[in-house]
Amino acid sequence: MMEQLLATKAEARSLSFYYGDFQALKGISMPVHERQVTALIGPSGCGKSTFLRCFNRMHDLYPGNRYDGQIILQPDNTDLLARSIDPIDVRMRIGMVFQKPNPFPKTVFENVAYGLRVRGERSRRAVEEKVEQALHDAALWDEVKERLHQPAYNLSGGQQQRLCIARALATDPELLLFDEPTSALDPIATASIEELMHDLKKRVTILIVTHNMQQAARVSDFTAYMYLGELVEFGVTDELFIKPQKKQTEDYITGRFG
Amino acid sequence: MAKATAALHGTAYLASRRARHIRERLIEVLLFFAALISVVTTVAIVYVLVKESVVFFEQVPLRDFLTDRQWTPLFDDAHFGIVVLLSGTLTSSFVALAVAIPLGTIIAIYLSEFAPYRLREMVKPVLEMLGGVPTIVYGYFALLFVTPLLQKVMPGLPGFNLLSAGLVMGIMIIPYVSSISEDAMRAVPMALREGSYAMGATRFQTATRVVVPAAFSGIASAYILGISRAVGETMILAVAGGMQPNLTFNPLEPAATITAYIVQVALGDLPHGSVGYQTIFAAGLTLMLFTLACNLAGHVLRKRFREAY
Repeated sequence: MMEQLLATKAEARSLSFYYGDFQALKGISMPVHERQVTALIGPSGCGKSTFLRCFNRMHDLYPGNRYDGQIILQPDNTDLLARSIDPIDVRMRIGMVFQKPNPFPKTVFENVAYGLRVRGERSRRAVEEKVEQALHDAALWDEVKERLHQPAYNLSGGQQQRLCIARALATDPELLLFDEPTSALDPIATASIEELMHDLKKRVTILIVTHNMQQAARVSDFTAYMYLGELVEFGVTDELFIKPQKKQTEDYITGRFG
Repeated sequence: MAKATAALHGTAYLASRRARHIRERLIEVLLFFAALISVVTTVAIVYVLVKESVVFFEQVPLRDFLTDRQWTPLFDDAHFGIVVLLSGTLTSSFVALAVAIPLGTIIAIYLSEFAPYRLREMVKPVLEMLGGVPTIVYGYFALLFVTPLLQKVMPGLPGFNLLSAGLVMGIMIIPYVSSISEDAMRAVPMALREGSYAMGATRFQTATRVVVPAAFSGIASAYILGISRAVGETMILAVAGGMQPNLTFNPLEPAATITAYIVQVALGDLPHGSVGYQTIFAAGLTLMLFTLACNLAGHVLRKRFREAY
């Protein structure tokens, strides 16, 4: 099937995660296929955001968190969760877009340039080129080209979210994590972000958490259904939504609970 | 309407509603008067200062007050050049702020962005205690401890000098700067920090490039408060700075500040209504205008750099 033909970009292997004593993820194993959109769905508290945030070691920011298991990133076969790996190096390769747009208190331009500056890019020319390219890629350039040097907070919510996508794209991430990126946006802004994701998957692998099952069905190639910290079912989106293998998945996607 | 309500709930309900209404009004009036007190006090202070200063300026021309380079109000050959006292205030404040602003900001960044939770909870109250030490204690600390220490390094340093007083004043101001700056930084939403970390930024980059700019308006308030404290500080300078008027911007010299002069004159037995007595109001007004200017500047600065997040 389709699944076998695709390269794997990342793979979780028996991944468990603990917030202190509380086990939030229970032995999750699943692949993230290269240049595909993989959606994580499930009811609130099922651990889908927790799982997503393991990929860029976001949990390292808070004390008392513990990972168990592996996330292998290809092509170099690196275990992102290994103790020897600096989370900053992980985040250099993996971008993230958050639930609420979180532009920095800087200009539009400086927001997109942030990742480049953090990486020590000194050439003004290179920064300008990459910023423009990233804004094009995020389908925002035409709307902001006249006001690159205005504060990012002047943009609308949908524009701010696309700015955050541009910010992540500017540093050429290998994998892009989306944590419910449209939950704070209106339907029109949501549609533009979904369309953008469709274009982006030509060059970057996408992992997205969504509350919205229709969104998962629209944007993703693969879907994982999680419940209470466990992976219930993983498969090609069309098959999972039309013919789920597990009763539990079926109940959730048909709206019988959740 | 009232009838309908009465029919619904009975007259007891109406009576209790009236009581509630009166109670609410009473509370409102009380709160209003509490707020009024602070406004009235400020107005009263300004009124007294201006009224007495007018008497002063009837005898001493404003031009002399601003341009004369000597301050000898109690001599027979009296001169009233406020610049002399202002130089002492500016110099000592400059020394104090050169200590308090960098150190206070660094401490705030450390406590807000780097220190583990438990350490922060321990350090903060201790730091805030620095601001609670009576300033007279600081004054003698400067005179009897810091000055001799400085004299070991700089043998020519006089026993009274602005440097020692300024340094100690700076230490006193650190908690004002650090505490308010830290609160401002802590108020920056975690989402902004996460956004920065997710881009591969280090803690230091996140602190200096995202958190500090986002908290700038609060940090600016902290600086303004620090400046006001420095300009208005009295006891440390009266004890350790020397009280002789001296037109100088050299912190290694002794000099009187506006505040130190006011204490000095107020402690002496000057006849009420003499020019010498009136000078303290003119000096006080100058001080007040100066702090007012600082606050206004801070207000403008905050509005200009306000970062909504």
